[in-house]
Amino acid sequence: MSDVYVMGVDMIKFGRFPDRSVPNIGAEAALMALDDAGLGIQDMQALYCGNLGQANAMVGQRILQEIGQTGMPVVNVANACATGATAFREAWMSIKAGMYDVVLAVGVEQMGKGLLGGAGGGDGIPKEGLLGSGTMPCVFAEAGMEHAKEHGTTFEQFAKISVKNHHHSTMNPKAMYQIETPLDEVMNAEMISYPNTKLMCSVNVDGSAAAVLVSEKKAKELGMGRAVKVRASAMASDPYTDRDLVMPDVNACTRLAAKDAYEQAGIGPEDVNLVELHDCFATAEMLHYENLGLCKDGEAGRMIDEGHVELGGKVPVNVSGGLLSKGHPLGATGIANIYEVCTHLRGEAGARQVEGAKIGMTHVIGLGTACGIHILEKLTKS
Amino acid sequence: MSETKPLPVVDYLKIPDNGDPYLEGYRCKKCGATYLGERNVCSKCFARDEMEIIKLSETGILHSYAIVFRSFPGIDVPYISAIVDLDGGGTIKGNLINIDPDPDKIEFNMPVKITYGDALGRKDKEGNSYLSYFFEPA
Repeated sequence: MSDVYVMGVDMIKFGRFPDRSVPNIGAEAALMALDDAGLGIQDMQALYCGNLGQANAMVGQRILQEIGQTGMPVVNVANACATGATAFREAWMSIKAGMYDVVLAVGVEQMGKGLLGGAGGGDGIPKEGLLGSGTMPCVFAEAGMEHAKEHGTTFEQFAKISVKNHHHSTMNPKAMYQIETPLDEVMNAEMISYPNTKLMCSVNVDGSAAAVLVSEKKAKELGMGRAVKVRASAMASDPYTDRDLVMPDVNACTRLAAKDAYEQAGIGPEDVNLVELHDCFATAEMLHYENLGLCKDGEAGRMIDEGHVELGGKVPVNVSGGLLSKGHPLGATGIANIYEVCTHLRGEAGARQVEGAKIGMTHVIGLGTACGIHILEKLTKS
Repeated sequence: MSETKPLPVVDYLKIPDNGDPYLEGYRCKKCGATYLGERNVCSKCFARDEMEIIKLSETGILHSYAIVFRSFPGIDVPYISAIVDLDGGGTIKGNLINIDPDPDKIEFNMPVKITYGDALGRKDKEGNSYLSYFFEPA
C-alpha cells in the first residue's frame, strides 16, 4: 500500500458569513488547498466532502459547480463533529486502496448561533429540562464532572484550559477571536452548564478547510518539499460501556482510536510534538490529555497547572486556539486541525510555531459517537 | 367522571392500572447488561433473544451531574441534570430535585431515590398530561 501525503492544505479565516452559501464557503477552502498543492481541480480524481447541516443536499457536487465540474466521483459524508476527519480519512483510504493518486477532501459548515443538542424530541412532550439536559454544554459538563469525581479536578483547572486556548488564538490570524481571557474573566463569565461557563464553550462559526492528498508516487513527481506524510488514520465508534446509552462516552472510543493510531505510526505519545484535540468544551480537553496518553490517568489537572500543554511546554495542545477560540464549524473542524498541524510541521506557523515540530496529532469526537485521529509527520530532506 | 390518567413521559416508565408507577428495564440473561426500553439483542455480549424484563430499582447513587443555567427558551433554570447508577444495575439520567443547585451541596455517590410526578405542567398537542420521574436525595 502506498504511503499517503498531504500535498496542499488550507483553511479560511473562521467567521460568520450569513450571506454566503455552504458550497460557496467550501469552494473557497478547496481553491486555497489546490493552490497550496500547485494543482488544479482538473488534476483531482475524486472529492470527499464533509458537511453536517446539509448532509442530504449534495454539498460536494455543488462545490464543484462553483469551481469545476470534471465529472469526478464525489462522496458526501456526515459523522457529527468527526465529519471533516471522516472525509479526510475516506480520501486517505482511497489512495491506500490504490484507487487514486490525487484526491481532494473538503470540510465545510455554516452554523447558527446558540445551544446545540437537546434531550428527547419525538412523540409526546419536550424532555429538555425534565429528564436532565441534552444540551452539549451539559453533556460535556457531566463528562467533566465524572473526571472531577475520580480525580478531584477543579472548576479552576477546567477554566485554565480556556485561558490557554484563548491565549494561543491571539497568535492565529485565522481564528475567530484573538482575545486574551484571564482566569477570573473565564470563571466569572455567564455559567452555561456548571462547570462550563460561556468562555469554556466552543464558538459556533462558519468555516471551511480542505486538503489535497496524494500517493507517494505522485508526491515524488510533484516534489516532496512541503509534503506532510500521514503516518496514521484511525477511527473508532463507542464500544459498549455501562453508562454509554445515557451518558455518551467520549473516553473509550478516543482510547481505542489512539491505540490504533499509535500502532499504525509505530510511535508513542512521547514522540508527539503537538496535538490539536477536540476541545468542544474546556471539560472535554481535560479528558483527552489522558485518553490520548499525553499523561497518566489522573494527571490531566497537573498537565494544565504545570503548563505542559501550552506553547513552549512539553506537548503543546491546541496552539491554534482550539474550538474554544478558533471556532468550531462542525464539518470543517476535522480538516482545519490537520491544516494547523501541517502548518507547524512545515515551519510556517509564525508567532505560534511549535519549534522543531516533526510529528503532530489531530483528534476529533463526534457525539453519538465517532472518534477520528490522524498522526502527521514532516520528513526531513535527505 | 374519572380523572384522565396521565401518559408516561418515556416508554420505559410504566403506569399500571392498579399499583404504583415504576421504571422497566431489559436485562441480558447472558451478561447482565441492563437497558432502558425494549430490545432483543445485547450490545455488550451480542446475545440474541436473551432479554428478560425487570423492574428497575428506585434507589441508586449519583454518578455525575451538571448544573444547567442556560437551556432552551421557556425552560426553567437552574436545574441539576443528574446521572444515577441504580442499585442492582442500570444507569439513568434525569433531574435531581429537592436539593440546592450548588456544587458545594451536591456530593458524588450520594444516595438518591426516584420519585414520580407531573411533567412540570407540560402537555402535548392534544392536551394530555404526562407523568415523569425525578431523583431526590434519599
